[in-house]
Amino acid sequence: MTVDPMSIRITADTAVCIGAGQCVLSAPALFDQDDAGTVVLLNGQPAADSLEAVREAAYLCPSRAITYTETSQP
Amino acid sequence: MAETNESGAPGAEDALPELPMTRTCPYQPPAEYEDLRARGPVTRVRQFDGRPVWAVTGHAETRELMSNPAMSVNRFHPNFPMPIPALTQLQTPRSAAIGALIRTDPPEHTKQRRDILPSFTLKKIAGIKPEIEQTAASLLTDMIANGDSAELLDAYVKPLVATVLSQLLGIPYEDRNYFEDLTYRRFDPAQVVDAMSDLTDYLAKLLVAKETEPGEGLLDDLVVQVKDGTLERDELVRYALVLVIAGQETTANTIALGVLTLLEHPEQLEELRAEPELWRNAVEELLRFLSLTGGLSRVATEDITIGDAQIRADDGIIFLNPAANRDEAQFERPNELDIHRNVRNHLSFGFGIHQCIGQNLARVELDVALRTLFEKVPDLRLAVPMQEIPVKQGLVFGLAELPVEW
Ligand code: HEM
Ligand code: SF4
Repeated sequence: MTVDPMSIRITADTAVCIGAGQCVLSAPALFDQDDAGTVVLLNGQPAADSLEAVREAAYLCPSRAITYTETSQP
Repeated sequence: MAETNESGAPGAEDALPELPMTRTCPYQPPAEYEDLRARGPVTRVRQFDGRPVWAVTGHAETRELMSNPAMSVNRFHPNFPMPIPALTQLQTPRSAAIGALIRTDPPEHTKQRRDILPSFTLKKIAGIKPEIEQTAASLLTDMIANGDSAELLDAYVKPLVATVLSQLLGIPYEDRNYFEDLTYRRFDPAQVVDAMSDLTDYLAKLLVAKETEPGEGLLDDLVVQVKDGTLERDELVRYALVLVIAGQETTANTIALGVLTLLEHPEQLEELRAEPELWRNAVEELLRFLSLTGGLSRVATEDITIGDAQIRADDGIIFLNPAANRDEAQFERPNELDIHRNVRNHLSFGFGIHQCIGQNLARVELDVALRTLFEKVPDLRLAVPMQEIPVKQGLVFGLAELPVEW
């Protein structure tokens, strides 16, 4: 059994989201939009293999509503 | 860096490069943008009216500055840039109408954006995609039935984009021809002022009617708020106008130039026919490559240091996104079209809080318009050599005509 070496924690700030939907296009398993067009975080602690998609979502979000931390677990 | 930003050095400011710069090839940004970037990704230039302004040509710098809260879009600020001379004719009081969203700062902007955002969610857009496909197919059926050549903008591109907008807004079926005609008149610089004023009058009357007899569309969703007293009717007219202004010419010109670009890159067009999954990338790459929205304007509300540039509060800034989209620091072989790249980080929809609200609709329109055209008219070709196709310089660059045959 391999131990997941890293954990990701995402936050999505609904107050600054401008609803461009870039995050949903980057990582549909992690982000969605509600009917008002605001981001909904589906999974704030995804598995390590989501890291690329999370990075892309945070990088492409035009209002910088998405932030994340990666921490290595011993 | 030279001290060109010191207000006490008029001699240096006199020698600055001047905007606007014009395209010579329809699908390449003005060649002089490269010289500008060589001066620095954020550099001083002069506008046609003589006022100095910052020009941003770097990709990273555009992202950083456009998402900086100290960038205002207040066009009544004396230093607010004027990227092209034609805009002066729109600075009349009547054109306060174009004030919504694109020309408002938070907190006003935040409210306006939230009012219209529900009509632009990915789910809503996916829901109207089948209608867009039907419209495209039926326009092409008519076009083919009419002969073996056409002017593609009039026969296909403009009616497609106008119909989508009519549907989105909820323009009643019987008014569509009138509404679409008004929106085409806007494309003509000689008629734009009158067309705007007729559009304003038409929309104001329509909204009164919708208050008693609502239909289906963005205007109908929001007319409820007018009745509740949480939204002014004039404000809703302004919302509709900004959608017409921001959504039509941009989309129509990107489609038309997309057709031209793909015809001029036949090997990539062949790949798209063989592997339709590539369309998604291709649309994004065409947006990057064509970059038609060339002069996004802001005024700084605070001092900002970025690289070597010291922007001061109240300085004007023009973002030359077509240059940022060709920045070698970000894109390999930036001047080549390559439908295999993944370039969702292009800046053709802008960046920051004003990033295009219609971007996901535009993506669908581009995908459907191009894909359907090349499927239904496989032998499509230009009817005249590319050099003879008339272009329109302007805030949104475009083709005046696109003569094709099959
Ligand atoms: C290929 C097509 C399109 C392109 C290249 C494009 C480009 C842009 C750009 C660059 C901006 C940002 C302007 C700025 O920051 O100053 C913008 C904003 C906007 N666009 Fe688009 N656009 C397109 C299609 C559409 C469509 C289809 C609609 C709606 C029907 C639309 C509606 C808007 C609106 C309302 C804004 C203002 C948003 C705000 O200020 O919050 N656009 N667009
Ligand atoms: S990318 Fe950013 S602004 Fe767009 S929907 Fe996601 S969180 Fe909101």
